[in-house]
Amino acid sequence: MKYLSEFRDVKLVKKLLARLHEVTTRPWSIMEVCGGQTHGLVRHGILDLLPEKITMIHGPGCPVCVTPAHLIDQAIELTLEHDVILCSFGDMLRVPGSEMSLLSARAKGADIRILYSPLEAVRIAQENPDKQVVFFAVGFETTAPANALSVVQAKKAGVKNYTLLCAHVLVPPAIETIMQDEETRVDGFLAAGHVCTVMGTDEYEPVVARYKVPIVVTGFEPVDLLEGILMTVEQLENGVFRLENQYKRVVARQGNAPAVELLRDVFDIRDRQWRGVGTIPKSGLFLRGKYADFDASVRFGLSDEHPPETTECLSGDVMKGKIKPPECPHFGKGCTPEHPLGAPMVSGEGACAAYYNYAFEQ
Amino acid sequence: MSSDKPAGFHCPMPELNFDTITLAHGSGGKLTRLLLDSMVIPNLKNPWLDEQGDGAVLDLNGPVAFSTDSFVVSPLFFPGGCIGDLAVNGTVNDVAMCGAKPEYLSLSFIIEEGLPVEQFWNILMAVRDACLKADVKVVTGDTKVVERGKGDGIFINTTGMGRVHPKAKLASSRIKAGDKVILSGPLAEHGIAIMSKRKGLEFESAIVSDTRPLHSITQKLVDVFGKKVHLFRDPTRGGVAAVLHEIALRNKLGVEIEESGLPVHPEVAGACEMLGLDPLYIANEGLFLTFASPENADQIVAEIQNWAFGKQATVIGTITDEHPGKVLLKSTIGGRRVLPDISGEILPRIC
Repeated sequence: MKYLSEFRDVKLVKKLLARLHEVTTRPWSIMEVCGGQTHGLVRHGILDLLPEKITMIHGPGCPVCVTPAHLIDQAIELTLEHDVILCSFGDMLRVPGSEMSLLSARAKGADIRILYSPLEAVRIAQENPDKQVVFFAVGFETTAPANALSVVQAKKAGVKNYTLLCAHVLVPPAIETIMQDEETRVDGFLAAGHVCTVMGTDEYEPVVARYKVPIVVTGFEPVDLLEGILMTVEQLENGVFRLENQYKRVVARQGNAPAVELLRDVFDIRDRQWRGVGTIPKSGLFLRGKYADFDASVRFGLSDEHPPETTECLSGDVMKGKIKPPECPHFGKGCTPEHPLGAPMVSGEGACAAYYNYAFEQ
Repeated sequence: MSSDKPAGFHCPMPELNFDTITLAHGSGGKLTRLLLDSMVIPNLKNPWLDEQGDGAVLDLNGPVAFSTDSFVVSPLFFPGGCIGDLAVNGTVNDVAMCGAKPEYLSLSFIIEEGLPVEQFWNILMAVRDACLKADVKVVTGDTKVVERGKGDGIFINTTGMGRVHPKAKLASSRIKAGDKVILSGPLAEHGIAIMSKRKGLEFESAIVSDTRPLHSITQKLVDVFGKKVHLFRDPTRGGVAAVLHEIALRNKLGVEIEESGLPVHPEVAGACEMLGLDPLYIANEGLFLTFASPENADQIVAEIQNWAFGKQATVIGTITDEHPGKVLLKSTIGGRRVLPDISGEILPRIC
C-alpha cells in the first residue's frame, strides 16, 4: 500500500532500532501523547523491540478515555429521556458513564448510530426532520474541524434539528498539566502528529522552553514511531531540549490554516474536566454563542453541574505516567475490558486495555 | 455489484396479486399456500418437499453431522451475495467442518411484514442456486411473518445434515503443540463487503463477499489425508482471531501467527486501515482453517491450492505449549504481541 508499506519497512525498522540501542545509555521515560500512537506501538509489537532502558508511557491522548462520565450520562439522558437520535464515533459506546454505557442504553432502546463522519449526522437530521439529532463531538484538535464544519453546514442548509454534544479537548494544556505534577516521570514527549497537522507546531515551543523538555512531533507507523523515539532519546542523551518534527511529510509548522480558522469561528476555549485527571484550565472547546442553536446542552437545558467523580480507578495516575497500568491494584482483577472501572480499560487506545490485551509479559 | 438480484439466469417471478409480504402469508391459510406453491416448492423441488408432510423422513446410516445457524444479516443484499446464499452456505460449511458431505437442509423464513415480494423472490432464487451449487436439498421448512418493526426484513434459519466421511477423525482434542495452522485464502472479504454497504459507512470498493460452499475441498482433504487432518474450522463471525482464541483456551495451548504471511487483498487492507479495524477479527464466509501435523502441512497447502478458491492457501501459524491460552502475533516488523480476545461488538476506533 503506497504511503504505508514504506513506513513499515523491515530494513528501515531494523536500522532505526540498531541506532536506538546504540545511543541509549541511561533509562528514559517517554510519553506518546496520542492514543493512535499507543495503538501503533502495541499493534506492531514495537514495545517488545525497544531497548530495556526506554519506558513508553501511554499519555492522555485517548479522547474516549478522558471524556468525563457526566458527559456520557448526558448523552444517555438525551437518548432515553429526550428521544434523540444520538450519533457517535464507535469506541465511545463501550465507555461506562456513572451508571451505564451507550451500548447499554442502546439495549434499552436508545437510537444510537455509529458514524465515521459528523456530516453523515447532518444528513440523518435532514432525513428525520421530526427527530432531534445529536452528534457526540468527542476528540482532540484532530476531529474538531470536521465537527465544526458539520455545524457550519447545518446552519447554511437551515437544518434546525441538529446539535453537538461537545466534549472536545486540547493537547497542549494536558502536556502542561503533566509537567506541572511533581511526581511526573516523563522525560520527553512524542507529540500527536495528526493534532499538529491541524494546529501546526508553534504552540509547543513555549512548553518546551518552560519545562525544558524535548517534544518531537511524531507519526503513527513503525518507522515514524521509532524515528520519533530516536530523536527524543538523542536529545535526552545530549542534554538538549528542542521541538522537532519527525512527521514533516504531513505536518507543516503553520498547520492547516482553514481548519484552524474554522475552529476559531465555531468554538471558544474554556476550562474542561478530564476524566481521571480533573479540571484543566483552558483545555476544552465549546460552541460559541453565535452557534448556541447547535449546542445540545443549550437546546436540551443540560446542567453542567455534576457530582465529583467517585471511583477506585487510578486512570489519572496512569495517564500522567505516575504508575503503569499493571501497578494499579485493580488491574486485571476488579478491572478488565469486560468490567472496566475506568475508561482506559475500555478503548483500544486506552493505556490499560493496551497493556491488558497486548502486552506479552503478562 | 449490490443490486437486489442474485447473479445468473432466473425464471421470472410468477404473476401474483400482491407485491409485499403481509401477516396473512404467515397465517397458515390460503396465502401461505399460495406463497409456498407458487414460489418456494417449485423452485426447491425434490421428493421430500413434494411430499409436503410435517417433516422429512431421511435414510441415514453411520455417523451424521448435524448443525444449525440463523442468519440476520443487514443489508439483505450485499456485494457478492445475499442472505439467501449465505443461509445455505453457512450451514453447509458448518456441516463440512465436521468432515461430512452436507446433504439435507431445513429452511425457515421469519419475514417482516412489508418485505417486497420481489426481494423475497430474489432471496429464494439465491437459496435455490446455492443449493444446486452445493448439491444439497431443502427437505423441510417453515415460513412465519412478524409485524412490521419486529424483524429486519427477513431472518433465515437453516439446519443441515450430512454423512461424515469414513476417514474423518476431526476433534479439537487432537490438536497438539507443533501443529500448523493453515488458512485457505484471503481474509475479511465478507465482512468488508458488508460494511462497504452498511448505512452511514458506505465506501467505494470492489470487494465482494467470499460466501461459498467449502465441502468439496474439505471432503477431498479428508479423503487424501485422513486422520492427518486434526481439525477444520470456518472463521465466520469474530474472524480468524476468535477461532484461534477458542482453540488456545479450550486446549490450554498457545498459538503463534505471523502477520507477514497473512493473505489480505490490498483493498481489504486499505479499508481496514481506513476504518480502524483488524482483518483478523472480521467475518469470512468462504474460508477455513486446517490444523495438522507439521510434516503434512505443505502437502495439505498444495492440495488446497489446487482448489479453485485456494490459490492463496498458506500456513499462518503454529500451535505451541508456551503461553497457554494466548494467541501471539509476530508483526511484520518482527515485534511480538498478544492478539487480544474480543470482548463484544467490534467498534471502529476514533482516530
